[in-house]
Amino acid sequence: MLCSICKEKPATVHLTQIVGDKMQKLDLCEDCAKAKGINDPTSFSLADADVLFGLGASQEIEQSGGGVETKCPRCGFSQADFKKSGRLGCPECYKTFAEGLEGLLKTMHKGTHHSGKVPEALRANREQSDRLKLLQKKLAKAVEDENFEQAAQLRDEIKQITPRGTGLGVT
Amino acid sequence: MKLDEFLISPAETARRHGPHDRIVMSSRVRLARNLRDAAFPGWAKKPERLKVLEAIRPAVESLPEMKDAFSEVMENLTTLDKQILVERHLISREHAAKGSGSGLVFNREESFCVMINEEDHLRMQALRPGLQLRQAWGAIDHLDSELEKKLDYAFNDDLGYLTACPTNLGTAVRVSAMLHLPGLVLAEQINPIIQSVNKLGLAVRGLYGEGTEALGNVFQVSNQMTLGETETTIVERLDKVLSQIIEHEENARQILLEKKPKVVFNHIGRAYGILANAHSISSKETMNLLSLMRLGVDLGLFPAEERSTVDELFIMTQPAHLQKQFSDKLSAEERDLLRADMLRDRLKHVSRPNTKKGGAGLDKPANS
Repeated sequence: MLCSICKEKPATVHLTQIVGDKMQKLDLCEDCAKAKGINDPTSFSLADADVLFGLGASQEIEQSGGGVETKCPRCGFSQADFKKSGRLGCPECYKTFAEGLEGLLKTMHKGTHHSGKVPEALRANREQSDRLKLLQKKLAKAVEDENFEQAAQLRDEIKQITPRGTGLGVT
Repeated sequence: MKLDEFLISPAETARRHGPHDRIVMSSRVRLARNLRDAAFPGWAKKPERLKVLEAIRPAVESLPEMKDAFSEVMENLTTLDKQILVERHLISREHAAKGSGSGLVFNREESFCVMINEEDHLRMQALRPGLQLRQAWGAIDHLDSELEKKLDYAFNDDLGYLTACPTNLGTAVRVSAMLHLPGLVLAEQINPIIQSVNKLGLAVRGLYGEGTEALGNVFQVSNQMTLGETETTIVERLDKVLSQIIEHEENARQILLEKKPKVVFNHIGRAYGILANAHSISSKETMNLLSLMRLGVDLGLFPAEERSTVDELFIMTQPAHLQKQFSDKLSAEERDLLRADMLRDRLKHVSRPNTKKGGAGLDKPANS
Protein backbone atom coordinates (compact mmCIF):
# COMPACT_ATOMS: atom_id res chain seq x y z
CA MET A 1 0.00 0.00 0.00
CA LEU A 2 1.40 3.38 -1.01
CA CYS A 3 1.21 6.59 0.97
CA SER A 4 -1.93 8.61 0.14
CA ILE A 5 0.00 11.87 0.08
CA CYS A 6 3.23 11.30 -1.83
CA LYS A 7 2.08 8.09 -3.56
CA GLU A 8 5.74 6.99 -3.64
CA LYS A 9 6.77 5.44 -0.36
CA PRO A 10 4.99 2.52 1.33
CA ALA A 11 2.39 3.53 3.92
CA THR A 12 3.33 2.58 7.46
CA VAL A 13 1.04 4.90 9.42
CA HIS A 14 -2.62 3.95 9.20
CA LEU A 15 -5.28 6.21 10.60
CA THR A 16 -8.94 5.47 11.02
CA GLN A 17 -11.48 7.93 12.21
CA ILE A 18 -15.16 7.51 12.78
CA VAL A 19 -17.27 10.60 12.32
CA GLY A 20 -20.92 9.97 12.97
CA ASP A 21 -21.52 6.59 11.36
CA LYS A 22 -18.96 7.03 8.61
CA MET A 23 -15.48 5.59 8.75
CA GLN A 24 -12.55 7.32 7.12
CA LYS A 25 -9.14 5.83 6.52
CA LEU A 26 -5.82 7.36 5.73
CA ASP A 27 -2.54 5.62 4.94
CA LEU A 28 0.67 7.57 5.14
CA CYS A 29 4.40 6.92 4.86
CA GLU A 30 6.53 7.92 7.83
CA ASP A 31 7.84 11.12 6.24
CA CYS A 32 4.44 12.46 5.21
CA ALA A 33 2.98 11.56 8.60
CA LYS A 34 5.75 13.58 10.22
CA ALA A 35 5.24 16.45 7.80
CA LYS A 36 1.53 16.51 8.66
CA GLY A 37 2.40 16.49 12.35
CA ILE A 38 1.07 13.01 13.00
CA ASN A 39 3.87 11.60 15.12
CA ASP A 40 1.94 10.35 18.06
CA PRO A 41 -1.10 8.33 17.04
CA THR A 42 -2.56 8.60 20.53
CA SER A 43 -2.55 12.39 20.45
CA PHE A 44 -5.89 14.01 19.86
CA SER A 45 -4.68 16.10 16.94
CA LEU A 46 -5.21 12.92 14.96
CA ALA A 47 -8.91 13.41 15.28
CA ASP A 48 -8.53 16.76 13.62
CA ALA A 49 -10.49 15.80 10.59
CA ASP A 50 -9.16 18.62 8.47
CA VAL A 51 -6.11 16.55 7.67
CA LEU A 52 -8.32 13.67 6.63
CA PHE A 53 -10.86 15.77 4.84
CA GLY A 54 -8.27 17.79 3.01
CA LEU A 55 -6.77 14.70 1.48
CA GLY A 56 -10.02 12.98 0.66
CA ALA A 57 -11.15 16.15 -0.98
CA SER A 58 -8.43 16.32 -3.59
CA GLN A 59 -8.81 12.67 -4.55
CA GLU A 60 -12.53 12.89 -4.96
CA ILE A 61 -12.59 15.95 -7.15
CA GLU A 62 -9.71 14.74 -9.27
CA GLN A 63 -11.28 11.41 -10.12
CA SER A 64 -14.53 12.99 -11.15
CA GLY A 65 -12.72 15.09 -13.70
CA GLY A 66 -11.56 12.05 -15.64
CA GLY A 67 -8.31 13.74 -16.67
CA VAL A 68 -9.95 16.69 -18.43
CA GLU A 69 -9.19 19.92 -16.59
CA THR A 70 -12.32 21.94 -15.82
CA LYS A 71 -11.90 25.62 -15.02
CA CYS A 72 -14.43 27.85 -13.32
CA PRO A 73 -15.72 30.30 -15.96
CA ARG A 74 -16.19 32.98 -13.31
CA CYS A 75 -12.77 32.95 -11.61
CA GLY A 76 -10.51 30.57 -13.57
CA PHE A 77 -10.04 28.21 -10.63
CA SER A 78 -9.13 24.62 -11.56
CA GLN A 79 -9.26 21.20 -9.95
CA ALA A 80 -5.49 21.27 -9.57
CA ASP A 81 -5.88 24.44 -7.48
CA PHE A 82 -8.39 22.68 -5.26
CA LYS A 83 -6.02 19.78 -4.80
CA LYS A 84 -3.35 22.19 -3.64
CA SER A 85 -5.37 24.27 -1.20
CA GLY A 86 -8.56 22.34 -0.37
CA ARG A 87 -10.39 25.65 -0.86
CA LEU A 88 -12.51 26.80 -3.81
CA GLY A 89 -12.03 29.97 -5.87
CA CYS A 90 -15.41 31.69 -5.76
CA PRO A 91 -19.10 31.01 -5.03
CA GLU A 92 -19.63 30.03 -8.68
CA CYS A 93 -17.09 27.17 -8.27
CA TYR A 94 -19.80 25.23 -6.40
CA LYS A 95 -21.70 25.04 -9.69
CA THR A 96 -18.65 24.42 -11.83
CA PHE A 97 -17.41 21.53 -9.72
CA ALA A 98 -20.83 20.38 -8.49
CA GLU A 99 -20.41 16.82 -9.75
CA GLY A 100 -17.05 16.22 -8.10
CA LEU A 101 -18.10 17.89 -4.88
CA GLU A 102 -21.23 15.85 -4.35
CA GLY A 103 -19.53 12.73 -3.04
CA LEU A 104 -17.12 14.79 -1.01
CA LEU A 105 -19.91 16.67 0.74
CA LYS A 106 -21.56 13.38 1.65
CA THR A 107 -18.46 12.22 3.52
CA MET A 108 -18.00 15.58 5.23
CA HIS A 109 -21.44 16.51 6.40
CA LYS A 110 -24.59 15.22 8.00
CA GLY A 111 -26.58 15.76 4.82
CA THR A 112 -26.24 17.37 1.41
CA HIS A 113 -29.15 19.76 1.67
CA HIS A 114 -29.08 22.99 3.65
CA SER A 115 -31.77 23.16 6.31
CA GLY A 116 -30.56 26.11 8.38
CA LYS A 117 -30.89 29.86 8.20
CA VAL A 118 -31.94 31.52 4.93
CA PRO A 119 -31.42 35.24 4.23
CA GLU A 120 -34.71 37.09 4.76
CA ALA A 121 -34.88 38.40 1.20
CA LEU A 122 -34.59 34.89 -0.23
CA ARG A 123 -36.87 33.32 2.34
CA ALA A 124 -39.96 35.03 0.93
CA ASN A 125 -39.10 33.71 -2.53
CA ARG A 126 -38.37 30.29 -1.20
CA GLU A 127 -41.65 30.06 0.68
CA GLN A 128 -43.50 31.21 -2.40
CA SER A 129 -41.83 28.67 -4.64
CA ASP A 130 -42.46 25.91 -2.12
CA ARG A 131 -46.13 26.90 -2.03
CA LEU A 132 -46.31 27.01 -5.81
CA LYS A 133 -44.86 23.52 -6.08
CA LEU A 134 -47.36 22.23 -3.54
CA LEU A 135 -50.32 23.79 -5.38
CA GLN A 136 -49.18 22.38 -8.71
CA LYS A 137 -48.93 18.95 -7.18
CA LYS A 138 -52.43 19.28 -5.73
CA LEU A 139 -53.71 20.49 -9.10
CA ALA A 140 -52.30 17.47 -10.93
CA LYS A 141 -53.90 15.21 -8.35
CA ALA A 142 -57.26 16.98 -8.65
CA VAL A 143 -57.19 16.67 -12.44
CA GLU A 144 -56.28 13.01 -12.17
CA ASP A 145 -59.18 12.46 -9.75
CA GLU A 146 -61.45 14.44 -12.12
CA ASN A 147 -62.20 16.77 -9.23
CA PHE A 148 -62.64 19.75 -11.56
CA GLU A 149 -64.18 22.10 -9.08
CA GLN A 150 -61.12 21.85 -6.84
CA ALA A 151 -58.83 22.00 -9.88
CA ALA A 152 -60.35 25.32 -10.97
CA GLN A 153 -59.90 26.69 -7.49
CA LEU A 154 -56.27 25.59 -7.37
CA ARG A 155 -55.62 27.03 -10.84
CA ASP A 156 -56.90 30.41 -9.64
CA GLU A 157 -54.68 30.25 -6.57
CA ILE A 158 -51.65 29.47 -8.74
CA LYS A 159 -52.52 32.35 -11.05
CA GLN A 160 -52.61 34.64 -8.07
CA ILE A 161 -49.06 33.79 -7.06
CA THR A 162 -47.32 33.61 -10.44
CA PRO A 163 -47.61 37.18 -11.75
CA ARG A 164 -45.60 38.36 -8.76
CA GLY A 165 -43.33 35.38 -9.02
CA THR A 166 -40.81 36.93 -11.40
CA GLY A 167 -38.10 36.72 -8.78
CA LEU A 168 -38.61 33.03 -8.34
CA GLY A 169 -35.26 32.12 -9.88
CA VAL A 170 -34.41 29.26 -7.57
CA THR A 171 -30.78 28.47 -8.08
CA MET B 1 -6.92 54.34 17.26
CA LYS B 2 -4.32 52.54 19.31
CA LEU B 3 -5.06 48.92 20.01
CA ASP B 4 -3.68 48.75 23.55
CA GLU B 5 -5.74 51.77 24.58
CA PHE B 6 -8.86 50.07 23.29
CA LEU B 7 -8.42 46.54 24.61
CA ILE B 8 -9.97 45.60 27.93
CA SER B 9 -7.28 45.09 30.57
CA PRO B 10 -6.47 41.45 31.39
CA ALA B 11 -7.43 42.19 35.01
CA GLU B 12 -10.93 43.16 33.93
CA THR B 13 -11.24 40.23 31.51
CA ALA B 14 -10.24 37.88 34.35
CA ARG B 15 -13.05 39.21 36.52
CA ARG B 16 -15.78 38.43 33.98
CA HIS B 17 -18.06 35.61 34.95
CA GLY B 18 -20.49 33.27 33.24
CA PRO B 19 -22.40 30.07 34.01
CA HIS B 20 -20.14 27.06 34.78
CA ASP B 21 -17.01 29.14 34.34
CA ARG B 22 -15.03 26.89 36.69
CA ILE B 23 -14.82 24.57 33.70
CA VAL B 24 -16.17 26.43 30.65
CA MET B 25 -13.89 29.41 30.13
CA SER B 26 -15.79 30.87 27.18
CA SER B 27 -18.41 30.20 24.51
CA ARG B 28 -18.18 31.30 20.92
CA VAL B 29 -20.32 31.07 17.79
CA ARG B 30 -18.73 31.97 14.46
CA LEU B 31 -20.42 32.45 11.10
CA ALA B 32 -18.71 32.51 7.71
CA ARG B 33 -20.25 34.61 4.93
CA ASN B 34 -19.14 35.59 1.44
CA LEU B 35 -20.23 38.14 -1.13
CA ARG B 36 -21.96 36.71 -4.17
CA ASP B 37 -19.90 38.40 -6.85
CA ALA B 38 -16.32 38.13 -5.65
CA ALA B 39 -13.65 35.44 -5.54
CA PHE B 40 -12.86 34.02 -2.09
CA PRO B 41 -9.97 35.84 -0.32
CA GLY B 42 -7.47 33.02 -0.88
CA TRP B 43 -7.98 33.15 -4.65
CA ALA B 44 -8.85 36.82 -5.23
CA LYS B 45 -6.16 39.19 -6.50
CA LYS B 46 -5.26 42.14 -4.30
CA PRO B 47 -7.47 44.76 -6.07
CA GLU B 48 -10.50 42.47 -5.67
CA ARG B 49 -9.71 41.86 -2.00
CA LEU B 50 -9.44 45.61 -1.43
CA LYS B 51 -12.79 46.14 -3.16
CA VAL B 52 -14.43 43.55 -0.91
CA LEU B 53 -12.85 45.12 2.18
CA GLU B 54 -14.12 48.55 1.12
CA ALA B 55 -17.63 47.18 0.68
CA ILE B 56 -17.77 45.19 3.92
CA ARG B 57 -15.96 47.40 6.43
CA PRO B 58 -18.41 50.36 6.41
CA ALA B 59 -21.36 47.94 6.49
CA VAL B 60 -19.98 46.29 9.63
CA GLU B 61 -19.05 49.63 11.23
CA SER B 62 -22.61 50.91 10.72
CA LEU B 63 -24.15 48.14 12.86
CA PRO B 64 -25.55 49.32 16.21
CA GLU B 65 -23.54 46.57 17.94
CA MET B 66 -20.37 48.10 16.51
CA LYS B 67 -20.89 51.61 17.82
CA ASP B 68 -17.47 52.95 18.95
CA ALA B 69 -15.85 49.78 17.69
CA PHE B 70 -12.18 49.23 16.98
CA SER B 71 -11.83 49.06 13.21
CA GLU B 72 -8.55 48.72 11.37
CA VAL B 73 -6.98 47.28 8.25
CA MET B 74 -4.48 44.54 9.02
CA GLU B 75 -1.45 46.27 7.48
CA ASN B 76 -1.77 49.07 10.04
CA LEU B 77 -1.32 46.66 12.93
CA THR B 78 2.13 45.66 14.11
CA THR B 79 3.14 42.01 14.37
CA LEU B 80 3.04 42.40 18.15
CA ASP B 81 -0.50 43.83 18.10
CA LYS B 82 -1.68 40.96 15.92
CA GLN B 83 -0.07 38.46 18.27
CA ILE B 84 -1.84 40.08 21.21
CA LEU B 85 -5.16 39.74 19.39
CA VAL B 86 -4.43 36.04 18.85
CA GLU B 87 -3.59 35.57 22.54
CA ARG B 88 -6.93 37.24 23.36
CA HIS B 89 -8.70 34.84 20.96
CA LEU B 90 -10.10 37.80 19.03
CA ILE B 91 -8.52 36.77 15.72
CA SER B 92 -7.23 33.49 14.30
CA ARG B 93 -3.55 32.83 13.73
CA GLU B 94 -4.40 32.72 10.02
CA HIS B 95 -5.84 36.22 10.16
CA ALA B 96 -2.80 37.52 12.05
CA ALA B 97 -0.70 36.55 9.03
CA LYS B 98 -2.80 38.75 6.72
CA GLY B 99 -1.73 42.15 5.50
CA SER B 100 -3.15 44.45 2.89
CA GLY B 101 -6.75 43.72 1.86
CA SER B 102 -7.85 42.29 5.20
CA GLY B 103 -9.46 44.02 8.14
CA LEU B 104 -10.82 43.69 11.64
CA VAL B 105 -13.74 45.22 13.53
CA PHE B 106 -14.59 44.43 17.16
CA ASN B 107 -16.70 46.15 19.78
CA ARG B 108 -15.63 47.66 23.10
CA GLU B 109 -16.93 44.75 25.19
CA GLU B 110 -15.01 42.33 22.93
CA SER B 111 -18.24 40.35 22.60
CA PHE B 112 -18.43 40.75 18.81
CA CYS B 113 -15.52 40.42 16.44
CA VAL B 114 -15.61 40.48 12.64
CA MET B 115 -12.63 39.44 10.53
CA ILE B 116 -12.76 40.67 6.94
CA ASN B 117 -11.01 38.63 4.25
CA GLU B 118 -9.76 35.85 6.42
CA GLU B 119 -10.46 32.52 4.68
CA ASP B 120 -13.91 33.87 3.81
CA HIS B 121 -14.95 37.44 3.11
CA LEU B 122 -16.57 37.59 6.52
CA ARG B 123 -15.85 35.65 9.67
CA MET B 124 -18.00 37.05 12.46
CA GLN B 125 -18.13 35.79 15.98
CA ALA B 126 -19.95 36.36 19.23
CA LEU B 127 -18.05 35.61 22.44
CA ARG B 128 -19.44 35.09 25.93
CA PRO B 129 -17.81 34.10 29.23
CA GLY B 130 -18.79 30.68 30.64
CA LEU B 131 -21.29 28.33 29.06
CA GLN B 132 -23.60 30.54 26.96
CA LEU B 133 -23.85 28.92 23.55
CA ARG B 134 -27.50 29.80 22.96
CA GLN B 135 -26.90 33.42 23.89
CA ALA B 136 -23.86 33.60 21.64
CA TRP B 137 -25.83 32.08 18.74
CA GLY B 138 -28.73 34.48 19.30
CA ALA B 139 -26.35 37.43 19.29
CA ILE B 140 -24.47 36.51 16.12
CA ASP B 141 -27.68 35.45 14.35
CA HIS B 142 -29.04 38.94 14.97
CA LEU B 143 -25.83 40.65 13.82
CA ASP B 144 -25.86 38.54 10.65
CA SER B 145 -29.52 39.38 9.93
CA GLU B 146 -28.67 43.08 10.18
CA LEU B 147 -25.68 42.68 7.90
CA GLU B 148 -27.53 40.70 5.22
CA LYS B 149 -29.68 43.79 4.56
CA LYS B 150 -26.55 45.67 3.54
CA LEU B 151 -24.55 42.99 1.73
CA ASP B 152 -25.34 40.55 -1.06
CA TYR B 153 -24.41 37.14 0.36
CA ALA B 154 -23.43 34.09 -1.67
CA PHE B 155 -26.27 31.71 -0.86
CA ASN B 156 -27.66 28.70 -2.66
CA ASP B 157 -31.00 27.06 -1.86
CA ASP B 158 -29.50 23.59 -1.80
CA LEU B 159 -26.08 24.22 -0.29
CA GLY B 160 -26.83 27.19 1.96
CA TYR B 161 -24.13 29.78 2.60
CA LEU B 162 -21.23 29.20 0.20
CA THR B 163 -17.78 29.15 1.82
CA ALA B 164 -14.20 28.93 0.54
CA CYS B 165 -13.75 25.54 2.18
CA PRO B 166 -16.46 22.92 1.57
CA THR B 167 -16.14 21.81 5.22
CA ASN B 168 -17.89 25.03 6.30
CA LEU B 169 -20.68 24.94 3.72
CA GLY B 170 -24.39 25.22 4.61
CA THR B 171 -24.96 26.92 7.93
CA ALA B 172 -21.27 27.96 7.92
CA VAL B 173 -21.53 27.95 11.69
CA ARG B 174 -18.81 26.94 14.14
CA VAL B 175 -20.09 26.60 17.68
CA SER B 176 -17.34 26.14 20.23
CA ALA B 177 -16.44 26.30 23.89
CA MET B 178 -13.10 26.52 25.64
CA LEU B 179 -12.88 24.03 28.48
CA HIS B 180 -10.45 23.74 31.37
CA LEU B 181 -10.15 20.01 32.08
CA PRO B 182 -7.28 19.37 34.51
CA GLY B 183 -9.24 16.68 36.38
CA LEU B 184 -9.75 14.53 33.30
CA VAL B 185 -6.11 15.01 32.29
CA LEU B 186 -4.78 14.07 35.77
CA ALA B 187 -7.12 11.07 35.97
CA GLU B 188 -5.92 10.02 32.49
CA GLN B 189 -9.50 9.96 31.23
CA ILE B 190 -9.10 12.69 28.67
CA ASN B 191 -8.32 10.48 25.65
CA PRO B 192 -11.42 8.27 25.88
CA ILE B 193 -13.50 11.41 26.39
CA ILE B 194 -11.98 13.02 23.30
CA GLN B 195 -12.60 9.88 21.29
CA SER B 196 -16.25 9.66 22.25
CA VAL B 197 -16.73 13.36 21.55
CA ASN B 198 -15.16 12.78 18.11
CA LYS B 199 -17.61 9.98 17.44
CA LEU B 200 -20.44 12.45 17.83
CA GLY B 201 -18.99 14.45 14.94
CA LEU B 202 -17.43 17.08 17.18
CA ALA B 203 -13.80 18.22 17.06
CA VAL B 204 -11.49 18.67 20.04
CA ARG B 205 -8.60 21.06 19.59
CA GLY B 206 -5.93 22.85 21.60
CA LEU B 207 -5.89 26.35 23.08
CA TYR B 208 -5.43 28.25 19.83
CA GLY B 209 -7.62 26.14 17.57
CA GLU B 210 -6.66 23.99 14.64
CA GLY B 211 -3.41 22.09 15.01
CA THR B 212 -2.40 23.49 18.40
CA GLU B 213 -1.64 21.63 21.59
CA ALA B 214 -3.78 21.66 24.69
CA LEU B 215 -1.60 24.01 26.73
CA GLY B 216 -2.77 24.56 30.28
CA ASN B 217 -5.26 21.67 30.00
CA VAL B 218 -7.48 23.91 27.89
CA PHE B 219 -9.44 22.21 25.12
CA GLN B 220 -11.75 23.61 22.45
CA VAL B 221 -14.77 21.54 21.52
CA SER B 222 -16.66 22.47 18.36
CA ASN B 223 -18.97 21.10 15.70
CA GLN B 224 -17.35 19.64 12.61
CA MET B 225 -20.31 19.33 10.25
CA THR B 226 -22.19 22.36 8.98
CA LEU B 227 -24.48 21.10 6.22
CA GLY B 228 -27.71 19.14 6.67
CA GLU B 229 -28.86 20.36 10.09
CA THR B 230 -30.11 23.64 11.50
CA GLU B 231 -27.96 25.94 13.59
CA THR B 232 -30.19 25.29 16.59
CA THR B 233 -29.72 21.53 16.31
CA ILE B 234 -25.95 22.04 16.27
CA VAL B 235 -26.05 24.40 19.26
CA GLU B 236 -28.30 22.03 21.24
CA ARG B 237 -26.10 19.00 20.56
CA LEU B 238 -22.96 20.81 21.62
CA ASP B 239 -24.70 22.12 24.71
CA LYS B 240 -25.71 18.59 25.69
CA VAL B 241 -22.23 17.20 25.12
CA LEU B 242 -20.67 20.04 27.11
CA SER B 243 -22.97 19.37 30.07
CA GLN B 244 -21.76 15.78 30.03
CA ILE B 245 -18.11 16.80 29.84
CA ILE B 246 -18.64 19.19 32.78
CA GLU B 247 -20.13 16.32 34.77
CA HIS B 248 -17.22 14.02 33.89
CA GLU B 249 -14.71 16.69 34.89
CA GLU B 250 -16.46 17.31 38.23
CA ASN B 251 -16.56 13.56 38.88
CA ALA B 252 -12.91 13.13 37.95
CA ARG B 253 -11.94 15.88 40.40
CA GLN B 254 -14.02 14.41 43.19
CA ILE B 255 -12.69 10.89 42.68
CA LEU B 256 -9.10 12.11 42.48
CA LEU B 257 -9.53 13.96 45.73
CA GLU B 258 -11.10 10.94 47.45
CA LYS B 259 -8.76 8.26 46.11
CA LYS B 260 -5.49 10.05 45.41
CA PRO B 261 -5.46 13.27 47.45
CA LYS B 262 -1.66 13.16 47.80
CA VAL B 263 -1.22 13.06 44.02
CA VAL B 264 -3.50 16.09 43.60
CA PHE B 265 -1.91 18.06 46.47
CA ASN B 266 1.55 17.19 45.17
CA HIS B 267 0.78 18.51 41.67
CA ILE B 268 -0.82 21.70 42.96
CA GLY B 269 1.80 22.31 45.64
CA ARG B 270 4.65 21.88 43.17
CA ALA B 271 2.92 24.15 40.65
CA TYR B 272 2.60 26.86 43.31
CA GLY B 273 6.18 26.29 44.44
CA ILE B 274 7.62 26.76 40.99
CA LEU B 275 5.40 29.67 39.94
CA ALA B 276 6.01 31.61 43.15
CA ASN B 277 9.77 30.98 43.26
CA ALA B 278 11.17 30.44 39.77
CA HIS B 279 13.64 32.89 38.25
CA SER B 280 13.20 31.72 34.67
CA ILE B 281 10.12 30.06 33.24
CA SER B 282 8.76 29.42 29.73
CA SER B 283 5.28 30.38 28.61
CA LYS B 284 4.32 26.74 28.11
CA GLU B 285 5.39 25.66 31.62
CA THR B 286 3.65 28.72 33.06
CA MET B 287 0.34 27.84 31.44
CA ASN B 288 0.50 24.22 32.53
CA LEU B 289 1.30 25.20 36.14
CA LEU B 290 -1.28 28.02 36.25
CA SER B 291 -3.83 25.42 35.16
CA LEU B 292 -3.00 23.39 38.28
CA MET B 293 -3.26 26.49 40.46
CA ARG B 294 -6.65 27.21 38.95
CA LEU B 295 -7.65 23.67 39.88
CA GLY B 296 -6.33 24.44 43.38
CA VAL B 297 -8.66 27.43 43.63
CA ASP B 298 -11.61 25.30 42.45
CA LEU B 299 -10.77 22.69 45.09
CA GLY B 300 -10.56 25.28 47.86
CA LEU B 301 -6.76 25.02 48.37
CA PHE B 302 -6.40 28.73 47.57
CA PRO B 303 -8.90 31.50 48.42
CA ALA B 304 -11.64 31.87 45.80
CA GLU B 305 -10.64 35.45 45.00
CA GLU B 306 -7.31 34.22 43.60
CA ARG B 307 -9.14 32.84 40.58
CA SER B 308 -8.94 36.20 38.84
CA THR B 309 -5.21 36.48 39.74
CA VAL B 310 -4.59 33.14 38.03
CA ASP B 311 -6.76 34.00 35.02
CA GLU B 312 -5.09 37.38 34.63
CA LEU B 313 -1.62 35.80 34.79
CA PHE B 314 -2.75 33.26 32.21
CA ILE B 315 -3.16 36.15 29.76
CA MET B 316 -0.34 38.41 30.97
CA THR B 317 2.42 35.79 30.84
CA GLN B 318 1.88 34.90 27.19
CA PRO B 319 4.72 36.04 24.91
CA ALA B 320 3.13 39.04 23.16
CA HIS B 321 1.42 40.37 26.29
CA LEU B 322 4.69 40.12 28.17
CA GLN B 323 6.64 41.83 25.39
CA LYS B 324 4.07 44.65 25.27
CA GLN B 325 5.01 45.73 28.80
CA PHE B 326 8.60 46.40 27.83
CA SER B 327 9.85 48.82 25.22
CA ASP B 328 12.98 46.84 24.23
CA LYS B 329 12.64 43.84 21.99
CA LEU B 330 13.09 40.82 24.24
CA SER B 331 14.64 37.48 23.37
CA ALA B 332 12.85 34.32 24.49
CA GLU B 333 15.41 33.92 27.32
CA GLU B 334 14.86 37.48 28.52
CA ARG B 335 11.10 36.94 28.42
CA ASP B 336 11.49 33.82 30.60
CA LEU B 337 13.33 35.90 33.24
CA LEU B 338 10.78 38.74 33.20
CA ARG B 339 7.87 36.29 33.25
CA ALA B 340 9.30 34.67 36.37
CA ASP B 341 9.76 38.13 37.96
CA MET B 342 6.12 38.97 37.28
CA LEU B 343 4.87 35.65 38.66
CA ARG B 344 6.94 35.92 41.86
CA ASP B 345 5.68 39.44 42.38
CA ARG B 346 2.01 38.68 41.75
CA LEU B 347 2.02 35.48 43.83
CA LYS B 348 3.89 37.06 46.74
CA HIS B 349 0.70 37.58 48.73
CA VAL B 350 -0.82 34.16 47.91
CA SER B 351 -0.26 31.72 50.78
CA ARG B 352 0.77 28.11 50.29
CA PRO B 353 -2.07 25.75 49.32
CA ASN B 354 -4.15 24.88 52.35
CA THR B 355 -4.66 21.11 52.05
CA LYS B 356 -6.59 20.85 55.31
CA LYS B 357 -9.54 22.62 53.76
CA GLY B 358 -9.06 20.75 50.48
CA GLY B 359 -12.23 19.57 48.81
CA ALA B 360 -14.41 22.15 50.49
CA GLY B 361 -15.21 23.75 47.17
CA LEU B 362 -16.34 20.53 45.59
CA ASP B 363 -19.70 19.89 47.14
CA LYS B 364 -21.00 23.28 46.23
CA PRO B 365 -19.51 24.41 42.95
CA ALA B 366 -19.75 28.16 42.74
CA ASN B 367 -21.63 28.33 39.47
CA SER B 368 -23.82 25.30 39.10
